[in-house]
Amino acid sequence: MTSLAVRLAAAALLAAGATGPAAAAVLSVGPGPDAQERLQTALLDAKPGDTVQIAAGRYDLTDGLSLDVDGVTLAGAGPGATILSFKGQKGAGEGLLITSDRVTVKDLAVEDTRGDGVKSKGADDIRYLNLRVEWTGGPKETNGAYGVYPVASERVLIDGVVVKGASDAGIYVGQSKHIVVRNSRAEFNVAGIEIENSMFADVHDNVATRNAGGILVFDLPNLPQMGGHSTRVFRNRVVDNDTPNFAPKGNIVAGVPTGTGVMVMANRNVHVFENEISGNQSAGVMLVSYTQAFNDPTYNPLPRDIVVRANRIGRNGWDPKFPGGPEIAKALGGPLPPVVWDGVRAAGGRPAEVRVNLADGPVLNLNLPGPGRVDAAAPTVSANVSDAAIAEPPAVSLAVAGK
Amino acid sequence: MRGGLVLLAALAALAGLGAAVPPPGVDLARVLSDAPAPRLSDYRLFVDAGADRPNARVVPYDLATPLFTDHAEKHRFVFTPPGETIGYAPSGVLDFPVGSVLVKTFAYPADLRRPGREARKVETRLLIHRPGGWSAATYVWNAEGTEAVLKRAGARLPVRFTDRAGRQVDLDYAVPNQNQCKTCHQVDGAVSPIGPKARNLNREVALAAGGRANQLEHWRRTGLLAGAPEPAARPRLAAWDDPREPLEARARAYLDVNCAHCHSPSGSASNSGLFLAAEQASPAALGVGKPPVAAGRGAGDLAVGVDPGHPERSILAFRMASGEPGVMMPELGRALVHEEGVALIRDWIRAMPAPATPGG
Repeated sequence: MTSLAVRLAAAALLAAGATGPAAAAVLSVGPGPDAQERLQTALLDAKPGDTVQIAAGRYDLTDGLSLDVDGVTLAGAGPGATILSFKGQKGAGEGLLITSDRVTVKDLAVEDTRGDGVKSKGADDIRYLNLRVEWTGGPKETNGAYGVYPVASERVLIDGVVVKGASDAGIYVGQSKHIVVRNSRAEFNVAGIEIENSMFADVHDNVATRNAGGILVFDLPNLPQMGGHSTRVFRNRVVDNDTPNFAPKGNIVAGVPTGTGVMVMANRNVHVFENEISGNQSAGVMLVSYTQAFNDPTYNPLPRDIVVRANRIGRNGWDPKFPGGPEIAKALGGPLPPVVWDGVRAAGGRPAEVRVNLADGPVLNLNLPGPGRVDAAAPTVSANVSDAAIAEPPAVSLAVAGK
Repeated sequence: MRGGLVLLAALAALAGLGAAVPPPGVDLARVLSDAPAPRLSDYRLFVDAGADRPNARVVPYDLATPLFTDHAEKHRFVFTPPGETIGYAPSGVLDFPVGSVLVKTFAYPADLRRPGREARKVETRLLIHRPGGWSAATYVWNAEGTEAVLKRAGARLPVRFTDRAGRQVDLDYAVPNQNQCKTCHQVDGAVSPIGPKARNLNREVALAAGGRANQLEHWRRTGLLAGAPEPAARPRLAAWDDPREPLEARARAYLDVNCAHCHSPSGSASNSGLFLAAEQASPAALGVGKPPVAAGRGAGDLAVGVDPGHPERSILAFRMASGEPGVMMPELGRALVHEEGVALIRDWIRAMPAPATPGG
């Protein structure tokens, strides 16, 4: 027989549930046996507004973790204190997968995942804060692809994230809109920071060093979201990117020459300014077309509306690692100019829409007749290339429209 | 007063005839409850503890081409509430009424060459159609096979069996966590069944009562399925392992069932641009001449998803042939390589004509 008190309590609980959300709870998880199951259970039990708090310690995990509840914060005790190690991972494509909106993941480290580190897909208003994602054995082809990997999302914030050792991009944002990547550090990855097939991104106050390529802004064909545009890359330190490219061959980043500072491929309205760019042996800033075959008539393979200005440019381009680079350097009798542009102005019946404003010369213009036609290069060097004034996109806002 | 006594006596007599009274049906209230039951037996989907004998309105079914899950035997059942029927749908999953439960038990025989013998059940997965939509739950069996309990956060279970080549296989069988169920079972972010589509149910099966019949036609005749067109108008998926079927149809059926739940514009792998459903007509979407996007080392130093004529240069076959997390596809649901499936896809790519233009 149920006591009156129990029934009253149950009724009160019901009433509370009916009138509004319960107060946010903290679900605490500590290290020890069955950490995999306890951590995953907390991620399943969390309600919107709750925090899953992971105590300091090392967690040896065998399977991917996943979160599919909106509005949850996943927090550790700091990226040096709470360590989720996937060294013994047996399954899943990433360490942590987030598929819900308004999630914050912060103050922890993810190590040695077999695939990607932390992935969020279709996860709007995601925040990656004060994280470390690292492959502890140093740069290796067998490391996972991406460190942090938000994709197909709106309003993405990456702030204070450190990624080391990714065999593709350390910090990668793909097919998303309204993106801020700041105060973060990417080193010993193939690509430090990559913004791909995305719109409205601000990448600022980061350090990209000792990668093969520092910061990439790319657009690729045959994807649900194409036509990347409106990215600002500013106040970053893009220095000493000198790790030999260790990407598996078929990946697009395998084509990034070792020692590239900033690379813009097939994108529109990209502004690169006030960065420190030095110590990159292939080029300081490269603007190139997408060179592989594609059959999508809506895809534009050319970089266009590109501005490079007011960067502090040091020594770059003394030993270029891209096809034709060494020959051109030899012909010039010295290092390449800091800004290298393939000079393609028309492809697939798209003439006269390419405008660039490259003020940080001298500029090496390869004057290729089409994407990838290095065989027909007619290099020229000029103090700058100034087709037109190109308006800068406004600062990215992560506010939800209408709020 | 006297009438009451007679009634009581009648009730007592009925109770005495207990063996003749049908057991209680599936617990519909349990099925419709928001939270999954702690034990599989709580639903009364089966009348025995080992979940071999289905209760009333729980009907076994089979698929032309199933998902490969590390060679597990699968026993599938569907429950529909009394008075309800399943609505026919020409493409996609059939229209199961609210209150339906799709039941799939995974089991390993001691020796794959002797199916069903000395079988050990590992888990029973449920997809329950509640008023708010489908939800997934899985139940892990005890070693005796007498009770299965809810497991929400996933588990690893040691499994040992002898494969078709006579080799002993030791497997760290992965029970998915609840979110991982959804990773595959989703359409536009909502949980959805995958297998029971008209085209994949459209096959001949052995009937419980004896004899053989087309499964969809049997469901229509017994009143389980409503709205089906004439048999000739129903789509049909090839059985991936039936050598009488054309290679193209078998390979596309295999990709449809094993890959397309994620690799579709509304699935978990939508951002890959690689779409492998049976309806897909674009060679580029099927991977022909398509460079990898976010494959990382999964690309295996290969340049394109499918290189016609060259399975050894095709990422699709490479990832299927891997057992390494971060490389292998599918990334959930298997640890072993499905060698027969890999062989089929390699044959398909080998037989594929070179495209007229690069990139397909």
